[in-house]
Amino acid sequence: MYRYDEFDHDFVKARVAEFSDQVDRRLAGEITEDQFKPLRLMNGVYLQLHAYMLRVAVPYGTLNSRQLRMLGHIARKYDKGYGHFTTRQNIQYNWPALSDIPAILEDLASVEMHAIQTSGNCIRNVTADHFAGAAADEVADPRPYAEILRQWSSVHPEFSYLPRKFKIAVTGAERDRAAIQTHDIGLHLKKNDKGELGFAVYVGGGQGRTPMIGKKINDFLPEKDLLSYCTAILRVYNLHGRRDNKYKARIKILVHETGAEEFARQVETEFAALKDGELKLPDEDIRAIERYFAPPALTPRPEGDEAVRLARLDSRGFSEWLDQNVITHRHADYAGVTISLKGIGEAPGDASDSQMEAIADLAEKYAFDEIRVSHEQNLILPHVARADLKAVYDGLVEIELATANSNLITDIIACPGLDYCALANARSIIVAQNISKRFASLERQRDIGELKLKISGCINACGHHHVGHIGILGVEKKGAELYQVTLGGSGDENTSVGEIVGRGFGPDEITDAIETVVETYLRIRSDRSETFLDAYRRVGQAPFKEALYAGEAKAA
Amino acid sequence: MKILTANRLTDGEAVWFANDGTWAETLRNADVASDKEAEARLQALGDAAYANNEVVDVNLIDIDLVCGEIVPSRLRERIRAAGPTNRTDLGKQALPVDQAA
Repeated sequence: MYRYDEFDHDFVKARVAEFSDQVDRRLAGEITEDQFKPLRLMNGVYLQLHAYMLRVAVPYGTLNSRQLRMLGHIARKYDKGYGHFTTRQNIQYNWPALSDIPAILEDLASVEMHAIQTSGNCIRNVTADHFAGAAADEVADPRPYAEILRQWSSVHPEFSYLPRKFKIAVTGAERDRAAIQTHDIGLHLKKNDKGELGFAVYVGGGQGRTPMIGKKINDFLPEKDLLSYCTAILRVYNLHGRRDNKYKARIKILVHETGAEEFARQVETEFAALKDGELKLPDEDIRAIERYFAPPALTPRPEGDEAVRLARLDSRGFSEWLDQNVITHRHADYAGVTISLKGIGEAPGDASDSQMEAIADLAEKYAFDEIRVSHEQNLILPHVARADLKAVYDGLVEIELATANSNLITDIIACPGLDYCALANARSIIVAQNISKRFASLERQRDIGELKLKISGCINACGHHHVGHIGILGVEKKGAELYQVTLGGSGDENTSVGEIVGRGFGPDEITDAIETVVETYLRIRSDRSETFLDAYRRVGQAPFKEALYAGEAKAA
Repeated sequence: MKILTANRLTDGEAVWFANDGTWAETLRNADVASDKEAEARLQALGDAAYANNEVVDVNLIDIDLVCGEIVPSRLRERIRAAGPTNRTDLGKQALPVDQAA
């Protein structure tokens, strides 16, 4: 993985010193809250309901064991013993004291981490496929490009005060595991017929109060032009994006109002002026960054097949976990493992200090020291020899993280919601917990099959409800929580925005409503191979509406 | 009826302006304003504490008195006063009864 060079070390160190001084001056009363707020936000420090919140960047979701151990250490020493992994592959701490933040940032810097650009109207953490470098269906590892974008966008003077925040995601496979079409810029790394690497470029996707699917404005951008082209997009946005209305300031609104074709034309004009200038990426520079991401030396471990076969016979739990949480690796003797942070009845994405440390130990011992954070709020061990899967499983059982529910209905994305967040209108976590408990039976979950359920506690959609096969949006109505249900959303290569099915449900009704939706699907699916999403796309809302609301219509 | 709430500058702890003139970590003894005049007095105290860098995010919030106890009207403020509903081991609700009650 990427290692800081001298410049990176100095840069982060200087930022820690600068922000520490700003915190000291704030605590001494030398600067006001109005002066301090934009400074703390540039360093990932928010104020929430109960305390400050610190959001730490995990660039493209990649961590090594040392870093994950440090995240656990910070949770224990400065927080309340846990952290929350987010849908942007970052981690948030919910209880840090402002006076401790300088020490936390110093600890983070000691393992090449920081909280820069995790807030504010700048280019945020660049996200990537969590199976990058491991997935069998990948053309090339997208992370070198994410790292190039990170370096380019860090305190970029021209793009530090954009009309609004800006999110970029990169995937290197046809199967989109990074939800690129719901980002401000989505990059799909691929090869052309000459075997050269380049990107399909999507722009203007996003969720929030106005969900939009990104428009493809370039089918093949050569890799050398990545920064020139992204600069061209950002320039058009920076010039024409609305600054008069926060709710219309994202690039998705500009692209929508300008029209994708005209927007693309404006980008091309800017690009023509920038192309082959100083932003052109020399091949040797790309390859140099690529070397940081060179895959580990995966020695043949052919004993894996037999080991897995025997372990399956021995343990039903292992067998179920293997079927659900383990994916095919590009090397036949290896596998990619999803560590579910969605234990039945647990808060999605939360991990304790000791769990983080134990996962770091497992990664060090069995997974070439690499851990990923997925945007679905799970942790990933991207390279595990099949021969070691049982040992990894046993280690996860010990820390209660062996729940075999990847991509099933209890693998729920949920934002922190009103239990923590100052923006939220309704709780999310407790809704997730109740649904998780209702569908606790693995047999039932597997019968239901792939089903992505996503919950947001306000219209900002951090819980990605718009692209949930089933989405739940919490709102406040007459002082009470109300949950709207959307159906048919999807955040993959066939992105769609879910449609509201009807009137919302109270906190005591929402679990039943979700069960009704699921039971309806089971009744109407053509056979077991037809997933919830396929069935919905075939039949539309009608049977779900009927099941949820028919009684009311008759009563009325 | 309203009470005055904020977060303490140094650690972000949710606090309420108490009738002994301090910023208390629970709302049990919060200073209750029953009329516009009392609200204005609380708001002025809040503005002064903000200007003095003691607290941030100062707000007057609606409350009801239920059996003599202060209960914020909005769920958001009830959660602030207690802690996350999914983690009853955290926040004010986790304090020993004699401190939190």
